[in-house]
Amino acid sequence: MEILMCMIAGLLFAAAVYLMLSKSLLRIIIGTGLLSHGTHLMLLTMGGLKTGTVPVLGENAAAYTDPIPQALILTAIVISFGVTAVFLVIAYRAYQELGTDNMDQLRGTESDD
Amino acid sequence: MSLLHWAILAPFILAAFVPFVRKKAPSIHTGWFVFVLPVVLFVSFLQYLPVTMNNDSVSKTVSWIPSLGIDFTAYVDGLSLLFVLLITGIGALVVLYSTYYLSKTKESLQHFYVYLLMFMGAMLGVVLSDNVITLYMFWELTSISSFLLIAYWFDRDRSRYGAMKSMLITVFGGLMMLGGFAVLSIMGGTFSIRELAAQAPELNNHPLFLLAMILILLGAFTKSAQFPFYIWLPDAMEAPTPVSAYLHSATMVKAGIYLVARFSPIFAFSSYWFWIVGAVGLFTMVWASFNAVKQTDLKGILAFSTVSQLGLIMCLLGVSSAALYFDSLDDNLYTAAVIAAVFHLINHATFKGSLFMVVGIIDHETGTRDIRRLGGLMSLMPVTFTLSVIGAFSMAGLPPFNGFLSKEMFFLSMVQLTELNLFQLETWGMLLPVLAWIGSVFTFIYSIILVFNVFGGKFQPEKLEKKPHEAPAGMLISPIVLAALVILFGLFPNLLSYSLIQPAAASIVPSIIPAGDQLYVNIYFWHGITVELLMTIGVVAVGIVLYKFLPKWIGLYDYFPGKVTLNQFYNSSLYVAERGSNSLTKAYMTGFIRSYLVYIFAFFIAILGFTMWAKNAFRFDASNTAPIGFYEAGLLVVLCISIVTILMAKSRLTSIIALGAVGYSVSLFFVIFRAPDLALTQLVIETVSTALFLLCFYHLPKLYRHEEKIGFQIGNAIIAAGVGIIVTLIGISAHSTKLFSSINEYYIENTYSKAGGENMVNVILVDFRGFDTLFEISVLSVAALGIYGLIKLRMEKGGEQHENK
Repeated sequence: MEILMCMIAGLLFAAAVYLMLSKSLLRIIIGTGLLSHGTHLMLLTMGGLKTGTVPVLGENAAAYTDPIPQALILTAIVISFGVTAVFLVIAYRAYQELGTDNMDQLRGTESDD
Repeated sequence: MSLLHWAILAPFILAAFVPFVRKKAPSIHTGWFVFVLPVVLFVSFLQYLPVTMNNDSVSKTVSWIPSLGIDFTAYVDGLSLLFVLLITGIGALVVLYSTYYLSKTKESLQHFYVYLLMFMGAMLGVVLSDNVITLYMFWELTSISSFLLIAYWFDRDRSRYGAMKSMLITVFGGLMMLGGFAVLSIMGGTFSIRELAAQAPELNNHPLFLLAMILILLGAFTKSAQFPFYIWLPDAMEAPTPVSAYLHSATMVKAGIYLVARFSPIFAFSSYWFWIVGAVGLFTMVWASFNAVKQTDLKGILAFSTVSQLGLIMCLLGVSSAALYFDSLDDNLYTAAVIAAVFHLINHATFKGSLFMVVGIIDHETGTRDIRRLGGLMSLMPVTFTLSVIGAFSMAGLPPFNGFLSKEMFFLSMVQLTELNLFQLETWGMLLPVLAWIGSVFTFIYSIILVFNVFGGKFQPEKLEKKPHEAPAGMLISPIVLAALVILFGLFPNLLSYSLIQPAAASIVPSIIPAGDQLYVNIYFWHGITVELLMTIGVVAVGIVLYKFLPKWIGLYDYFPGKVTLNQFYNSSLYVAERGSNSLTKAYMTGFIRSYLVYIFAFFIAILGFTMWAKNAFRFDASNTAPIGFYEAGLLVVLCISIVTILMAKSRLTSIIALGAVGYSVSLFFVIFRAPDLALTQLVIETVSTALFLLCFYHLPKLYRHEEKIGFQIGNAIIAAGVGIIVTLIGISAHSTKLFSSINEYYIENTYSKAGGENMVNVILVDFRGFDTLFEISVLSVAALGIYGLIKLRMEKGGEQHENK
């Protein structure tokens, strides 16, 4: 299972990178979304899968799933959500002000100022 | 801090007061206040003469950075005292000259004297430092102050060009020298030059010896304007004439000579030293004297002449290392080179200083330095004429001036070298006296040009801007003093023998003096009909003939290709470097985000892939894995379909919805893998994110409403696949190499007993690792504030801010 999950995370990374290299701003942000999904799944996988029951003591189980990666992922989800929200609003404002979402047109060089 | 240290720092301290003096007493020329200092220093350093004459030395140390072994050690021996007397003595004369040369009202004198004092202090520091790091510090200070002095008239293009050129070349050499010092101190384990010299035999066999030697020589050659680094000196002639007289004849250009002399006890045993220093010096001498003849600017002639004479001294210092091999002989003929080098050093400072001042006077009184417009000034400026005859004839090596003596000694040591069976001299040795003789012939010619084309010939008043007349007396004092020294040292050379020359020669080649004995220095005026006298007669005869027919053969210089000069090379290399770096930057800084992402990902793939390959890091171990169940397999299929849908989607709406599908499948994975808190959070957040995406989609500009198909791009796909594969491989390898077990046992045991909670994930988030959560909350707050700002605050084009518009 872990091997398969590594491959899925790799697939998510590949798709994310492909999208980030495209011209449209929206596709780039979708790419970052996929990238964070891939990262979270990878984090979970590295902690080991299905090694026990839900990490809540009331279960009285013999073994529990590792709670540390879960705490880390929870933090990461919230942060990536915050960043994605800011990205999206920046994209929205850029549409409004500049009238384009094409990254080739959103190009700035030193001589432009 | 001893008095010696205060003497080095005194010019810097005085420099701080110069602007106040200039402001408070504008009616008195600032130069008079400055003049006192070099005179006082000169007199006080004269007191060291008895010490150095006994081959003793004085050394005073002040700790500077004791933890690094860097001390400010001032050290006075024969060599440094000679230089100190030159610096302060000629410094005093130059300051005196400049008070008459520079206008009190038109020039910004405070700058001039601040820079000049900085230079004087730095130069004293260079020659008195025993610690290589301190020496380097003062060395660079001379470069900087010389840069400031050359560009003194900074509103002229030529001045700025010359200053930048000299800065680039001398700082290049200075940095090389620093490298040499570093290598040398690593070899010897100390920064002190005396301690390094004490272990010279061991250093000679060190593998880094040659590297240290070449780096230090680069510093010396750039500063002393040796071939091919001499090109900055002719362009530095844009400086005011007192600066040229001081820096570019007597002091700064001799810093390289000092360096070579100072490090002779360390390097001179090597045949590389003999050949590099000797050959570069000799070639520079011939080349520069040859080029001096075609100059039409008086200062241009003097600049090339300085380069040539410095080459001569450098050559003598190089070949003086031959003396070290015969320290057992009672009558060591080869010491002549050392003595000649030191003697010519003094002579050159006297006659070249006076010649520069003479040229300054001519410039001042006629308004031009162009040799083609001058002529017939002999009767108009008799004193100046006399001074230039003394200086130029001494430079040409004619009796009864001091230049004659040192040139004879130069010939003598060159001739003696041919008899030596050392350093492959038996094959190439004959070239040395021949080249020296040719160089001297050209020296004779340009010296004659300097006198007769300016003072002889026809007077051409229509070509001059001013009506020429004799200079004011004050301006003539300094060159008269120097010219008097030229004659004095010429007639009574033994005045210097034991006071200055012998102690300085002893510092350069210490082993030539038998213990408790003195080096036998005796400079005769008349030493019989010898080879060197015949050579001088030949120089004069050939020189006069060539001068007579100068218009016939001056055209020969035109045959030299104008495009392949060193200046051309310098300019075009600067141009190429500038254009090259510009086009390189333009080539990779495209301005497209995509290009930069490609660089980043390509490096990611290359570095991680190479490391995995080089370290053979891939591991595969499927023994400790969970089984694949039915639900997991189904979810995987859904996830894969969603990903592919995003990639293939023709419309943005489809890809947004597919992204939502990915998010929900991930949260279902969290359910399966026993992570209820994650699943909850993921579900909520995915919903909100998708809503946000849809909001953006809705606000797309009208222009782009029509959806366009996004074509498949093979380059992007390769990079994307590479990143995916690398991530997968690293994941698998990491999972297959478990080095130690997790620390989760602690959390599982103590969640209830210590923290009083049952949900381990929540307890970790708020109790065991609560700080993470605190700052995660901050991230969300910052994001919220940022979004509010982005939407609400508008900056108009004019820069005015309108809120809530």
